[in-house]
Amino acid sequence: MSDSLDAYLVLAGILFAIGSFGFLARRNAISMLMSIELMLNAVNLSIVAFGAFIPGLGAQGSVIALMVMAVAAAEATVGLAIVIAIYRNKRTPLVDEYDSMRQ
Amino acid sequence: MVRRLIPIVLGLAILGVVAGIAAAMIVFLGQDWGDALFWIFAAIMLGSGLLVVTMRDIIRCGLAMIVCFGALAGIYVILGAPLIAAAQVIVYIGAISVLILFAIMLTQTKDAPSRLVFQTQAIPAAIASVVIAVVLALAIAATDWSEAAQRVRVATDAMSQLLFDQFVLPFEIVSVLLLAAVIGGVFLAKREPGGPS
Repeated sequence: MSDSLDAYLVLAGILFAIGSFGFLARRNAISMLMSIELMLNAVNLSIVAFGAFIPGLGAQGSVIALMVMAVAAAEATVGLAIVIAIYRNKRTPLVDEYDSMRQ
Repeated sequence: MVRRLIPIVLGLAILGVVAGIAAAMIVFLGQDWGDALFWIFAAIMLGSGLLVVTMRDIIRCGLAMIVCFGALAGIYVILGAPLIAAAQVIVYIGAISVLILFAIMLTQTKDAPSRLVFQTQAIPAAIASVVIAVVLALAIAATDWSEAAQRVRVATDAMSQLLFDQFVLPFEIVSVLLLAAVIGGVFLAKREPGGPS
């Protein structure tokens, strides 16, 4: 079972679905960022799985996964800085109370 | 004293159960080490992922996320990509999780603990994510993967050759992107001298 591509892809799909649920349903902004990290990890798992099973790809899958990790680190930095900046003004981390741009 | 021992006993019990399941899979079901480890890591990853999105205490969500990333690093090792696993441990467990835990501690409010963890659209979100998972699984099952039936070992030296030969321009762009993210993060999280404290 661990020698077939399907198992890894289904695993990545389930992890992506869990992350999307967390992103859509949680109220806390940092929980939403953690869910985004879960989704990025699911995509990374599928990239590494493709790279490990498709012969024509060679080492390219791993290289692209490393790039995705670096971009995810940048995204986490900027996202958390934005959350902290909003928290300093609104005094709450809950996204449904960020309604100052609503008419 | 007894209360303090509860987490230790619980952790040891979970470790024992996992080791027992692995031994049972190898001995009774006749599976090899790779399969048993794959199932165990997959179960740990999905279970802790579910805990991340459902638990009430957000610090525990962060700790469950660390467990999830660690199990994913184990899956990378099973896939034959040990350098990616090492980068996963260093970048995600070492850097991003610590960053997220710091942000959690900076934004927690004692006076207004959020009793309600989920938004009002939690049930449609759950339905949508189940639909995503089912559609993805169906698409994967319906696709012919006969070209990708064999595992290919990715050598680390071939990967570094590729990274610094064919992918050297994206590599440099990523370094500039990280610099921009550092500067942007410092600028965004900086306290203005006249602003609200």
